[in-house]
Amino acid sequence: MSNKLHVEANGVTKSYGTHLVLAGVDFTVKAGEVSCIVGPSGSGKSTFLRCLNALESYDDGTLLVEDRHVGYEYRDGRYYEWNTKQFAQFRSRIGMVFQRFNLFGHLSAEENVACALVQVRGVAKSAASIRAREELARVGLAEHSHKRPHQLSGGQQQRVAIARALAMDPEIMLFDEPTSALDPELVDEVLEAMKELARQGMTMVVVTHEMGFACEVADTVHFFDAGVIVESGTPADVLGNPQRDRTKAFLAKVL
Amino acid sequence: MRTSSRPKELSGPDGTPVPVVALKHRDRWIVGTLALVVFAWLLSTLATNPNIRWNKVAEYLFFPKIIDGIWVTLTISVLATVLGLVLGILLAIMKLSHNPVLNWLSTLYIWFFRGTPALVQLIFWYNLAFLFPRLVIEIPFTNIGYFWNTNDVMTGFNSALLGLGLNLAAYFAETVRAGIQAVDKGQTEAAYALGMTPVKRMRVIVLPQALRIIIPPTGNEFISMLKTTSLVYVVAGNDLMTNASQIYKQNNLIMELLIVASLWYMVMTAIATFFQSKLEARYGAEAVRLVRRPGFVQRAFLKRTAQPAMGTAGITLTADDSVTAGKDLT
Ligand SMILES: Nc1ncnc2c1ncn2[C@@H]1O[C@H](COP(=O)(O)OP(=O)(O)OP(=O)(O)O)[C@@H](O)[C@H]1O
Ligand SMILES: [Mg+2]
Repeated sequence: MSNKLHVEANGVTKSYGTHLVLAGVDFTVKAGEVSCIVGPSGSGKSTFLRCLNALESYDDGTLLVEDRHVGYEYRDGRYYEWNTKQFAQFRSRIGMVFQRFNLFGHLSAEENVACALVQVRGVAKSAASIRAREELARVGLAEHSHKRPHQLSGGQQQRVAIARALAMDPEIMLFDEPTSALDPELVDEVLEAMKELARQGMTMVVVTHEMGFACEVADTVHFFDAGVIVESGTPADVLGNPQRDRTKAFLAKVL
Repeated sequence: MRTSSRPKELSGPDGTPVPVVALKHRDRWIVGTLALVVFAWLLSTLATNPNIRWNKVAEYLFFPKIIDGIWVTLTISVLATVLGLVLGILLAIMKLSHNPVLNWLSTLYIWFFRGTPALVQLIFWYNLAFLFPRLVIEIPFTNIGYFWNTNDVMTGFNSALLGLGLNLAAYFAETVRAGIQAVDKGQTEAAYALGMTPVKRMRVIVLPQALRIIIPPTGNEFISMLKTTSLVYVVAGNDLMTNASQIYKQNNLIMELLIVASLWYMVMTAIATFFQSKLEARYGAEAVRLVRRPGFVQRAFLKRTAQPAMGTAGITLTADDSVTAGKDLT
């Protein structure tokens, strides 16, 4: 594991109107590391994750992802705001998996995976289909490639979503509560796919309430509360031996 | 009535079969008969009315000028609907854009074209020559270009097309906007997260799914357009209504020719309704193929029944999934 930083956030803030949602987030992720973000509802976890792939803008602070200043290009002593193309280009290298899957409803599983390869990367359709089927096979869905999202179970849909993100060869994968919308018996198949990904050395940032997963897979755990990271460290430290009262109170509730 | 599938016999209290006496729906029979009587009476007053000469109706039903009018009506309806749909989609996208100028222009357009009667718009286009005697396309600040005499361009046909098309666009824009907004926000997020630009997101992800909502009402728009074309009569567009009226102005068979025209409008509506129900069945169902649609031949021959999903209930539906080029069908 190299020590290269894939994500480096310093004092990132964001507010909606007068409501301060991120109040100065400091956060780093090294290459090949799995970072889990835990914390109470409304603490800004999703907002921060969405800032990482520029789905959301931030107000202040510095946010570097893959050595790029998210949202700005530094040139001749000035920061220039990105244009649409630059945003798209940046996001295409960052995989994102959503709580509610967000598969494209009018496309089959295979087309869901192939779509961005064709539209964004300009890969030929036939090559994209082959790649899509490979990715679906990797998450154990080879036989389901012709099905539409509504014909798949929640767990299968989420695995298609993971395959869709992986097909773009992302440098980093972001997961926003990937198992929260799933029936309990379907959670494991998705976590299994994520563990496999972690074993292969993918850099991952995972917002989750699955403490078991965090303990087993995470290299670092960050506890979010009221828009700041209150406590960070190894899972054993943060989850097993929390120092802050807020962390203790939260963990007492979820564990 | 729904009594036929009910049992004729049930096992009685002592276990032997006992006959079942079906409920007689006497009230339904009475009301139904009354309605039929009234309908038959109305029909007979028409059929036996000495003032309607049915042989003339038959004579003019396939009169060449009537048939020509039907074609013009159909052409105007189709072209004006297409113009309305394309422009309507454009207006809807403008209305939803973050550009305040586009937004405002679209609002103004919709307000103007919905706010003034279609009849007024038709007459306006027809008489455009009063405002602009010549229509000119030229490279600014040069004399290089073309010009047309406005009266040559704004024929009855063209002004009908323009008037009805631009009018429909204003109404249709609202349908499209509703359709686009009905597509889940998550679809947009996922498209952006994969690196699509806003234009790609709209074209590849959002519009195809919005069409599912937009397309069924277009059938209705077309049917209503078929009859709205009769307004073209005021600008002498040679459509069915214009031609019928020209005939009855000469021979005074007003009722007969109105019946001829009505019969043809009803036939066209019936055919359009048939296609509309097809359209609704196709787009109402989940099996929609919108992005990169297969060619007609593929669609006709490669329809196959998907295996019942393993993890889910055994739904069988025809899904023409055989789309992406180069995909092996398993
Ligand atoms: N688009 C928005 N406009 C206004 N407020 C928003 C918006 N999105 C989020 N918020 C607010 O920002 C705060 C943080 O939201 P966020 O979704 O980041 O929380 P979270 O930690 O992910 O919570 P959860 O665990 O429930 O997903 C919440 O109070 C929410 O109401
Ligand atoms: Mg959240």
